[in-house]
Amino acid sequence: MMMKTLRRAATILALSTPAAFAAGAAGYVTDYDFPFEGVFGTYDQNQLQRGLKVYTEVCSACHGIRYVAFRNLTDPGGVGFTEAQAQAYTEQFEVFDTTLNDGMGDFREAALNDKFPANNSVGAPDLSLMAKARAGFHGPYSTGISQLINGMGGPEYIASLLAGYTGEEQEVAGTVLYENTAFPGGWISMAPVLYGDDVVFDDGAPTDIESTAQDVAAFLMWTAEPKLANRKQMGLVAVLMLGILAVLLYFTNKRLWAGVKGHQRYGTNVKPVKGPAE
Amino acid sequence: MAGIPHDHYEPKTTAEKWVERRIPVIGLLYDTLMIPTPKNLNWMWIWGIILTFTLVLQIVTGIILAMHYTPHVDNAFASVEHIMRDVNGGWAMRYIHQNGASLFFVAVYAHIFRNLYYGSYKAPREITWILGILIYLLMMGTAFMGYVLPWGQMSFWGATVITGLFGAIPFVGEPIQTWLLGGPAVDNATLNRFFSLHYLMPFMILGLSIVKIWSFHSTGNNNPTGVEVRRTSKEEAQRDTLPFWPYFVIKDLFALAIILLVFFAIVGFMPNYLGHPDNYIEANPLATPAHIVPEWYFLPFYAILRAFTSDVWLVIALNWVSGGIIDAAFFGVVAMFAAIAVMALAPWLDTSSVRSGRYRPMFKWWFWGLVFTFFMLMWFGAMAADATILGVEAGTWSLIFTTYWFAYFLVILPLLGVIEKPLARPATIEADFAAHYGPGDDGSSGTGMRLPGERGATTPAE
Repeated sequence: MMMKTLRRAATILALSTPAAFAAGAAGYVTDYDFPFEGVFGTYDQNQLQRGLKVYTEVCSACHGIRYVAFRNLTDPGGVGFTEAQAQAYTEQFEVFDTTLNDGMGDFREAALNDKFPANNSVGAPDLSLMAKARAGFHGPYSTGISQLINGMGGPEYIASLLAGYTGEEQEVAGTVLYENTAFPGGWISMAPVLYGDDVVFDDGAPTDIESTAQDVAAFLMWTAEPKLANRKQMGLVAVLMLGILAVLLYFTNKRLWAGVKGHQRYGTNVKPVKGPAE
Repeated sequence: MAGIPHDHYEPKTTAEKWVERRIPVIGLLYDTLMIPTPKNLNWMWIWGIILTFTLVLQIVTGIILAMHYTPHVDNAFASVEHIMRDVNGGWAMRYIHQNGASLFFVAVYAHIFRNLYYGSYKAPREITWILGILIYLLMMGTAFMGYVLPWGQMSFWGATVITGLFGAIPFVGEPIQTWLLGGPAVDNATLNRFFSLHYLMPFMILGLSIVKIWSFHSTGNNNPTGVEVRRTSKEEAQRDTLPFWPYFVIKDLFALAIILLVFFAIVGFMPNYLGHPDNYIEANPLATPAHIVPEWYFLPFYAILRAFTSDVWLVIALNWVSGGIIDAAFFGVVAMFAAIAVMALAPWLDTSSVRSGRYRPMFKWWFWGLVFTFFMLMWFGAMAADATILGVEAGTWSLIFTTYWFAYFLVILPLLGVIEKPLARPATIEADFAAHYGPGDDGSSGTGMRLPGERGATTPAE
């Protein structure tokens, strides 16, 4: 992902600036700092709760997150709701249940084990995986070095997009397009949704456009990669254990071959570890 | 096993004798594990074990994934998300399997270039080499079909582009394409057969790997000098070799630990770096991604495929000669497969009697040129078709390096054997080993150079 040390090294090499911003047509993506970046980075529970609120009050009007279940809101390492909080949240939603109404299906109040409802009302894409389905950083020159240093940039792209409206609009073939500095091509059919002070946060966090955009981008990274903390933990444990194993094997190997390399040679005065049966 | 004189397994206990009289399987395992191995093998001789390990890793994780995956166009994408979110440890299995494919190809390319440098493909190891190329082709097929299974955008459009290649074959192309897809376009029938074949082909690879191990255990390993193990007597063979267990097993395990450390760092900290974001969008036959690119391990050959456009004079000439039957698309497909086929022919195209590149002063340069070409083609394969480097189009660059790729095998290898004056080679593996690690107790020749910190007569392995 985004190793801070690597990035610092890269900044010194002056690689990152042309890397992130070289492709003009791909849009300008700001490299926001997220708490889940780096080897040890995990989600900030408060930020995810703020992001959930932004999603619920703003995004969910048009977009669904159909791969996420309401019960996931209680998962450790994520939004971190208590079961009562999750239950209270879930009750705002209705889901379509195909088993009701003699198999004709009908709407009912959502339960914890339901998924968030899909939203196809205006043909907006589902956001469950959006943070992994977009790359904020590219190149340079198709080498992938920028993504190696800065990360794939999905959440950065989402935050930059939400904060990237210039206010200009134009009508093309009956569709209103809005100018956006992060969107590839510069004109997007999604209207600006954040104007500042769109939501009220319980923890008193800032509600300007950029902060709100980062909060919801972090939330969408969680919907896309809910097991991020487990994954990094596995990575750390594996690297540590394999590191120790490698050191042990290095010395085992050195000692094993010491009898062969240098003075000693197999078959003379060195007893082979397991000689051929004589 | 057959070639190098060595001691064979003798059953000692009653139980061993009982089994061995009925089926000599203990002896087979013993001889396989204790095979005399040239003692001067360097760190490029680790890839076989890495590949074997990766094959097992992919089969094990793949079998687990198949338990939770649904091969249907309506459910495939969602079932992968089910694995990532709801299955215990599913995310780990999936990310390991996904990145395991990349580990597999890193290892196979290192293995292939190792063999090309040290002339391991030369007599009497041609069959081992051909088996390796067959395994590599099966790997490509398996990886390609596996990439289709998550049913993301790049899965779908990659499958459409690659199966479309078969449609470029004159006359029979379209029926073949329809037969492969199970219909007129990539759809549920395609997904089902790809799933079936993706499950089958690793076991074909496993079978071929066993035959390959058998074949090189018959000829014995090559080694960095290319000088054969002496087979004149058991005593001489023992001076050139060490048993595979424990010397090479421990060495290979150390290398495996280092490589897995890097592998798990990638799986743990950047599992999607080698993938493509578009594959997190469910397949949509109505929306074509802006830039369809294959996975990194296909890029060199993808660049060769794309290099032959209709304005290349060779394509124009063949198009005219064939009366329009051979067009640019078909030529590209032929070139792509020929680029691999020409590798398989290396044992007969390389006319030099010297195996190892270490003693071939001219060959060395051309070989590193081939490695450079490989990476350049990989780079140009990743670019958009209209991208330019130094004012020259990526397609033109690809064509230049494609020319080198073919020239290396078809022109340079045959010519070098005639014009090159090879350097002096050590008489035996024992002499080469002594030259690196100091002379043996019997005063056999050597320069006396030792590893830093290496002492003389101490620490026998017990």
